[in-house]
Amino acid sequence: MNGNTPLSDGIRLTQFAKHGGCAAKIGPDTLSRVLERLPKFSDPSLLVGFETSDDAAVYKVADDIAVIQTLDFFTPVVDDPYTFGQVAAANALSDVYAMGGEPKIALNIVEFPGELDPDILGEILRGGADKVHEAGAVLVGGHSIQDDVPKYGLSVTGFVHPDKIYKNYGCREGDVLILTKQLGSGIVNTAVKAQMASEESAREVIRVMTTLNRKAKETAQKYNVHACTDVTGFGLLGHCSEMASASGAQIRINVGDVAYMHGVKEYAQMGLVPGGAYRNRKHVAPLLDTGNLDVTGEDMGGPDEVWLDLLCDPQTSGGLLLAVPEEEAGNMLEEFARIGMETEVSVVGKVLKSGSGNGRICLRKGK
Amino acid sequence: MRIVDARGLSCPEPVMLTEDALKEVKGPVKVLVTEPHQRMNVEKYAKDHGRKAASEETEDGFAVVIE
Repeated sequence: MNGNTPLSDGIRLTQFAKHGGCAAKIGPDTLSRVLERLPKFSDPSLLVGFETSDDAAVYKVADDIAVIQTLDFFTPVVDDPYTFGQVAAANALSDVYAMGGEPKIALNIVEFPGELDPDILGEILRGGADKVHEAGAVLVGGHSIQDDVPKYGLSVTGFVHPDKIYKNYGCREGDVLILTKQLGSGIVNTAVKAQMASEESAREVIRVMTTLNRKAKETAQKYNVHACTDVTGFGLLGHCSEMASASGAQIRINVGDVAYMHGVKEYAQMGLVPGGAYRNRKHVAPLLDTGNLDVTGEDMGGPDEVWLDLLCDPQTSGGLLLAVPEEEAGNMLEEFARIGMETEVSVVGKVLKSGSGNGRICLRKGK
Repeated sequence: MRIVDARGLSCPEPVMLTEDALKEVKGPVKVLVTEPHQRMNVEKYAKDHGRKAASEETEDGFAVVIE
């Protein structure tokens, strides 16, 4: 599958957008400044709101059922319309999986230039519909408007038992952090756009972005999961930071253990790093201890800067980050290996302290 | 000195233009960019290709001089 072939008339979907995929996300600093001015809503049935920056809202409707509601859309991250639809849908559905739920109903959200061939839109929607079908949910309509830059995504409703909701907080001392997809989609997509990526990298990034987090969630559900989030626009460190802050935990990331996409380190060293990676790095800097990494100064430049580029790289349709008790992690990893995941699962770190851990992230290179 | 005006462009265009210029010119190249991260990316590209890079702030962004 090649998602980066130009359309028949030479149009590249990615050329419409300044930022593609989750790299288009508004920076965490700006977002929190804007959101803090909004009125606070409270309702005894609202189990998860936006105060903890979680992946979706969860509302209890009965003792044994809660509704998960989420919306996600973005600009083209690949040139092939069908693949773009698949990526955007997999990314939107992921928010439900990240809450431990099962997606059930999906609605399209579409912005599309009036002058473009409607068949392109048809292909985008077909890609999305195929992913919704694969997820076992139903697509029941949506809303579309004309705009100069194409955008596509889904609003998804899912269900979960109120006692089995995955929250992005609650990780405990000693927990092992498992990531279910390899990192690097922001950097590899930038390299693809620059026409500097290898065929292998280009194929891998599409495989990773179009893979649903369904299998990861269904496997994780057989074990105790103390906290979970999906890794998207804020990068691994940004989402770890949200988990650490919301849990009052301190987290260590073993940089060499994290699974990355093929060629991503070389692309980062060539300067094919999306702007979002730098924004994410700046955002986590106050809570980041760079440990034995060889980086200095406010810019955190130096020989090991490439690790920061990778760990802060904004992911489009990234994997689940699971905090799991150490005694269960081995079995979970074995099961992931046994069922054959389409993506690489890696142990990325550990929760050093919880409760009094002040939200710090410590990096370590080597054992 | 060859001047590459990449102001107002978004990533990875400044790096792509830098690549083109370094292929064509053996001597120094000055790349003008708007955003701080574009400066860092252009510097990375130059260093990765064995060239020295130094930056200074300009009125509307940064100038990266690649020796």
